[in-house]
Amino acid sequence: MRKYETLQGYLYISPWLIGFALFTMAPMFVSLYLAFTRYDILSSPQWIGFGNFKTMFTADERYWSAWKATLTFVFVAIPLRLAFALAVAMLLNTKLKLLGLFRATFYLPTLIGGSVAVAIMWRQLFGTNGALNSVLAAMFGVTEKVSWITQPSTAMWTLILLAVWQFGSAMLIFLAGLKQIPASLYEAADIDGAGRWHKFRKITLPLLSPVLFFNLIMGIINGFKVFTEGLIVTNGGPFDKTLFYVLYVYEKSFRYYEMGYGSAMAWVLLLTTAAFTLIVFATSRSWVFYESGRR
Amino acid sequence: MAGGLKPGTLRSVGLHLFMLAFACLMIYPVLWMLSSSLKEGNEIFVNAHKLIPSVWTFENYAEGFKGYSGQSFAVFLKNSTIVTALSVLGTVLSCTVVAYGFARIGFKGAAFFFACMMMTMMLPAEVLTIPQYIFFHKIGWVNTFAPLIIPSFFGTAFFVFLIVQFIRGLPVELDESARVDGCGHGGILFRIMLPLLVPAIITVSIFKFYWTWDDFFSPLLYLTKPEMATVALALKNMSDNSFGTSWGTVFAMSIVSLAPVFVVFVALQKYIVEGISTTGMKG
Repeated sequence: MRKYETLQGYLYISPWLIGFALFTMAPMFVSLYLAFTRYDILSSPQWIGFGNFKTMFTADERYWSAWKATLTFVFVAIPLRLAFALAVAMLLNTKLKLLGLFRATFYLPTLIGGSVAVAIMWRQLFGTNGALNSVLAAMFGVTEKVSWITQPSTAMWTLILLAVWQFGSAMLIFLAGLKQIPASLYEAADIDGAGRWHKFRKITLPLLSPVLFFNLIMGIINGFKVFTEGLIVTNGGPFDKTLFYVLYVYEKSFRYYEMGYGSAMAWVLLLTTAAFTLIVFATSRSWVFYESGRR
Repeated sequence: MAGGLKPGTLRSVGLHLFMLAFACLMIYPVLWMLSSSLKEGNEIFVNAHKLIPSVWTFENYAEGFKGYSGQSFAVFLKNSTIVTALSVLGTVLSCTVVAYGFARIGFKGAAFFFACMMMTMMLPAEVLTIPQYIFFHKIGWVNTFAPLIIPSFFGTAFFVFLIVQFIRGLPVELDESARVDGCGHGGILFRIMLPLLVPAIITVSIFKFYWTWDDFFSPLLYLTKPEMATVALALKNMSDNSFGTSWGTVFAMSIVSLAPVFVVFVALQKYIVEGISTTGMKG
């Protein structure tokens, strides 16, 4: 009976199990092997030891541009997006009329934000003859037409703005979290004469910290993978200012067919993400508050 | 002030006005795209910020549907529909069955494999892209929809997890009474549980639909022929026209591509809001 149950268990999870072997484990090993080779898909892979990594770390300037672009994006856009999401969620959590309408409106950019359509629109919105310059001219009489997309000092900011614009998911999650905080805590704080900022620092923020923490990790891990926006809005330019890591992996692997090099890059990304996640988890105890069992 | 408004009311009005202004700012880009798609080609980038076209025209839509490389835009819509529908189907089928296995069948190794599955969620898929591409290339699946569809039939960690959580919330007595009545696992899952799983299945379907419909990376890798392009890829190619892009038509087709996304959102908003709030899902 027990054996039969086990057999059935494996039968039920077999689709995932097969997929895991075929589309995850096997590619992982292949990719690890390729990372140590030179491979252009047409001829067979050539073992070059740590050659790819050596090139990457010592001889490839664009590689470091890619890291710089990605880290700038992740550590500016993600915290900004979360801050926005929290602020808006707190405003929505007051006695607001038309809550549903506001919530839907603020979520809309997130709903469509990852699409090619929006990326194309963003490019034109901030283009030389786009709406932003037009608004600046009409409202403030600015006559200079800035090409926000192709100017090195502003290109990254247009992408960061695009990311922050999509704060909707985080806002919904925070809103659900805020609803969980018992009103009695705020009432007690009122009796003690606590001010707004104090209540935020001592009640809202600690009680929301698990949610905040989860969103920060997920946001950063996803931020490392930014691709579509970088390809369509700025195409990595100007001067590689927005050459995101994954965009560079794509370029190397599928435009120049340097698949060994691409695999090596992907593995460095994997290890970096893993290390980063571990660090965040290891330090989370000191800044995340869980209701039961704070030491 | 006549009638003597309380300071609280005044602040509330202020807050509402502020939120309204902020909401307008948030949707301005979308409205801009919509209005540009209804403007005549030479008007889009003159006084670009204006949202009301001086001449309303649907010319861009008619022109846009002609597509590119001799392929009508309807072809791209059809391709996207095929890929999306089959991917959703595969995801729902496989994830439900796998989730039932993890949630309700106690077998040796379940905990281990469940942990493996959870770990794959953290894995950056970029590591898998190159070997998967090589694999699909070798078996001749490049320029077919197979690489975009077939993997869905093998379960997606995140969705399995979501359904597992949902099943764990259902009372175990349900299984037990069914077993007394002579139901095996198949009977319990398909006859007893399936109706109860509908909300979870709807949530999974919605998000799989969004992710597949918007997906740009896989079509970019695997579909190189114009007649195979999905909507996302077609939009990118139309905007890259080397003979000068007609932005009005690109915006018009962008709006067309977003229409199903809007419709699903309006119709099923409840599931979306709940799904994100309870699982921390990225929409």
